Amino acid sequence: MLQVRIHGRGGQGVVSAAEMLSVAAFLEGKHAQAVPSFGSERMGAPVVAFCRIDDKEIRLREPVLEPNALIVQDPTLFQAIDVFNGLPDDGYLLINTGRDIVELGIENAVEQLPEGHVCTVPATEIALKYVKRPLPNAVLLGALSAVTGVIKIESVEEAIKSKFPGKIGEANIAAARAAYQSTSTES
Amino acid sequence: MLKQIEGSHGVAEAVGLCRPEVICAYPITPQTHIVEDLGALVKKGQLTDCEFINVESEFAALSVGIGSSAAGARTYTATASQGLLYMAEAVYNASGLGLPIVMTVGNRAIGSPINIWNDQSDSMSMRDAGWIQLFAETNQQAIDVHIQAFKIAETLSMPVMVCMDGFILTHAYERMDVPDQEQVDRFLPPFEPRQVLDPADPKSIGAMVGPEAFTEVRYIAHHKQMQALKVIPQIAEEFKGIFGRDSGGLISTYRADDADTLIVTLGSVIGTISEVIDEMRDKGQKIGAVTIRSFRPFPLDEIHEVLKNTRRVVVFEKCLAVGLGGIVASNVRMAHRGQTSPVYTVIGGLGGRPITRASLQELFEKAMTDDLEETTFLDLKQDVVDQEMEREKKFSRSGAIAENILRDVGVVDVAKTT
Amino acid sequence: MANQQVKFYQTGTLTVGNRLLDSKLRTVQATMDRSNSLDSGHRACQGCGEALGARYAIDAAMRATNNQLIAANATGCLEVFTTPYPESAWRIPWMHSLFGNAPAVATGIAAALKVKGKNDVRVIAQGGDGGTTDIGFGCLSGMFERNDDVLYICYDNQGYMNTGVQRSSATPGGARTATTMPLGPEPGADFDKGKNVPLIAMAHNIPYVATASVDRLHDLEAKVKKAMSIRGARYIQIFVPCPLGWGSNPANTIQVARLAVECGMYPLFEAEFGEIISSTKIRRKVQVEEYLKLQRRFAHVLKNPDQLQLVQSVADKNIQKFSLMGFQGGEV
Repeated sequence: MLQVRIHGRGGQGVVSAAEMLSVAAFLEGKHAQAVPSFGSERMGAPVVAFCRIDDKEIRLREPVLEPNALIVQDPTLFQAIDVFNGLPDDGYLLINTGRDIVELGIENAVEQLPEGHVCTVPATEIALKYVKRPLPNAVLLGALSAVTGVIKIESVEEAIKSKFPGKIGEANIAAARAAYQSTSTES
Repeated sequence: MLKQIEGSHGVAEAVGLCRPEVICAYPITPQTHIVEDLGALVKKGQLTDCEFINVESEFAALSVGIGSSAAGARTYTATASQGLLYMAEAVYNASGLGLPIVMTVGNRAIGSPINIWNDQSDSMSMRDAGWIQLFAETNQQAIDVHIQAFKIAETLSMPVMVCMDGFILTHAYERMDVPDQEQVDRFLPPFEPRQVLDPADPKSIGAMVGPEAFTEVRYIAHHKQMQALKVIPQIAEEFKGIFGRDSGGLISTYRADDADTLIVTLGSVIGTISEVIDEMRDKGQKIGAVTIRSFRPFPLDEIHEVLKNTRRVVVFEKCLAVGLGGIVASNVRMAHRGQTSPVYTVIGGLGGRPITRASLQELFEKAMTDDLEETTFLDLKQDVVDQEMEREKKFSRSGAIAENILRDVGVVDVAKTT
Repeated sequence: MANQQVKFYQTGTLTVGNRLLDSKLRTVQATMDRSNSLDSGHRACQGCGEALGARYAIDAAMRATNNQLIAANATGCLEVFTTPYPESAWRIPWMHSLFGNAPAVATGIAAALKVKGKNDVRVIAQGGDGGTTDIGFGCLSGMFERNDDVLYICYDNQGYMNTGVQRSSATPGGARTATTMPLGPEPGADFDKGKNVPLIAMAHNIPYVATASVDRLHDLEAKVKKAMSIRGARYIQIFVPCPLGWGSNPANTIQVARLAVECGMYPLFEAEFGEIISSTKIRRKVQVEEYLKLQRRFAHVLKNPDQLQLVQSVADKNIQKFSLMGFQGGEV
């Protein structure tokens, strides 16, 4: 089973990201479970969402305590909460940022992760370019596909289309593909 | 058809397939997506011959439902927590009148303190109101049980509450098989009311009943729920015949046959519990589980049978009888009467507290050596509790308990509030 | 043998009998084939204004709808005295659910009828002032704002009578009730409190609002008939004296109701979509004393000039606000 944990703030589409990821996995014939871990609707508050992907029925309902992949949609969270809690030594880390790990001040937290497992993506900028809105979630899923291979980019695109029909969907798809093609990794 | 959708949406689709005629609902977390989705289905014209009414309170929601059901319309509503309590008078009224309303309860804790997350206190508060209470373990079951609920309700002329864990199920995106209309139509015929308000055959419904007859009326309500003990499995069989899934009935078991230790629970937590059971079974430990699917009527015989050979029972419940201990455990003990094996009460998951494999494993290990108190609160922060007790001993104006604890747990920034 | 002056009004709303009218213009009660929706055998007190009002109102509604009517009734005197187990005095399909939800239950019935295409069957919700102005108020407002196709009839006897005469938000200032006793420096019900539900109904912009009284039953029937010709949310509040609760002589129920209107304490008017379209002029204005002195619930008021003045000023304000003076004579 693959477990993904997505951190962000209210309004950044964290929950949608988990949902789209689960749809992408479903489209590949897998079982997937996406659950939000927040309550009242409030912009700006820290939000966490989980997604589990497996080839068989997923029975587990606890929060994702040991994420195989961690997505951080908002780097200001590093100062606010313990984002890295439970990240195993072979986990993946994707961060929405145009800065590098050292500039973010988290090099100690990620030094144990293998080469190629830490990836910074300027997802907000990419989203602004293609979608004209600072919504990094679809972009980061494209990057996730590239970095981990856990789902195919075509599935991500289909999932985006199912969630955002029309022009908005197309724009998000383009943004995701752009991220897929150009993810940079930090060792 | 297989779909990857939110649990709430699956429920909305399932309810829609049952051809409801009147839907009235008042929004409350975590049920909002269900009624929003149903409203959209009606507005889009996908759900036809259905009146969707936005009401001004939960009390109104069920009251509108009472009126429409009494006038012969298949009626549905949904609520949770505070909303269920707000309509409590109508809840008793609906069952007393024998109206086959189906209502979803998105299980949520009850305040004060206000809490929007999952536990099963709300359904438990209405356990004796005369409604049938069915609990879903997964979103697939939630879909299937709603469809069965209409049939059970209309067969017995009694309202049915379908309970599903808030957020954990309602807001989870999962793979679900949504039945098609033809299947549902085969399973669920049009509503034929036992009593109806009709100018062609005028009747008075809801008259006062005095001491000379009240007992008999109440006895019949009890008797009908006893009949439900047979009707519920029958309808689950019929459902399986058409839809191919075993999604209803009174209880389900998991690796229970030769278990020394049996965990008894309700709802979605069985998913995580099953994972722990598998890990422990791999190590040779004989542990299993029983999930109660019908809480009312309470399947005394079925539970008695399944528990009778085990060495110990651990009831894991997401609710609390303040001043007593376990609600579910008390009911289970009644089923377990005459047996000497102990029944432990574990209260967990209150107000949405996550239930982890690690905590469950530790708990089950303790249980298997009978190293458990009669009543345990899973993952209780004893130090926080002790701190509050100390505070109350020291100061007469010790402050509001909830706010004190929030500070101690670190959620509220003390500097900002003093 | 003593002589007695008897004033006989042969026609019009104050009529006792209406033999001179064409049968189509007579009250429903004059016809042999009236529906008797609220049939005899009920257990109301002697002189109960509510029983009278309900009988006229529901039979009028039955005639107006060709006997296609369903009623939802709140808990209260009407519900209790019409359905003493194991009997019912209702000859129409009738439902009692709870105290506070009659408007919502009626909404549900109307929705069911609509979805089943039974457009000719109409719905009435009814209750006393307690169930309407207080505990049922939320549901009432909800029904109004949704413009559900329900006529709500409130039988206003200005208190919770069924439970022993307690104060409601319809209890007028000065009135004695079990929870506003005539004790202390401010005896009886407070003057600075209370709710005017007809005005609140008007504020919802519903198609029809009216007040009526059992002293003029033709007028009451006409208002019900008019209401039933309209679709959407409608409200009629009927003034119904309660001899037991008010301490009045059961034989005086009509007279008490008449005096309430004639002194200005109970303005009769109609409104459509929030605008008053007609009001009933006072024929022979009387001071409030004439009305109060027939009811023991106001006994202390009559001995208290300040309170008496307060009551008179309420009446005077009503007269001004609803333009109740200027009766032109002729048919009433």
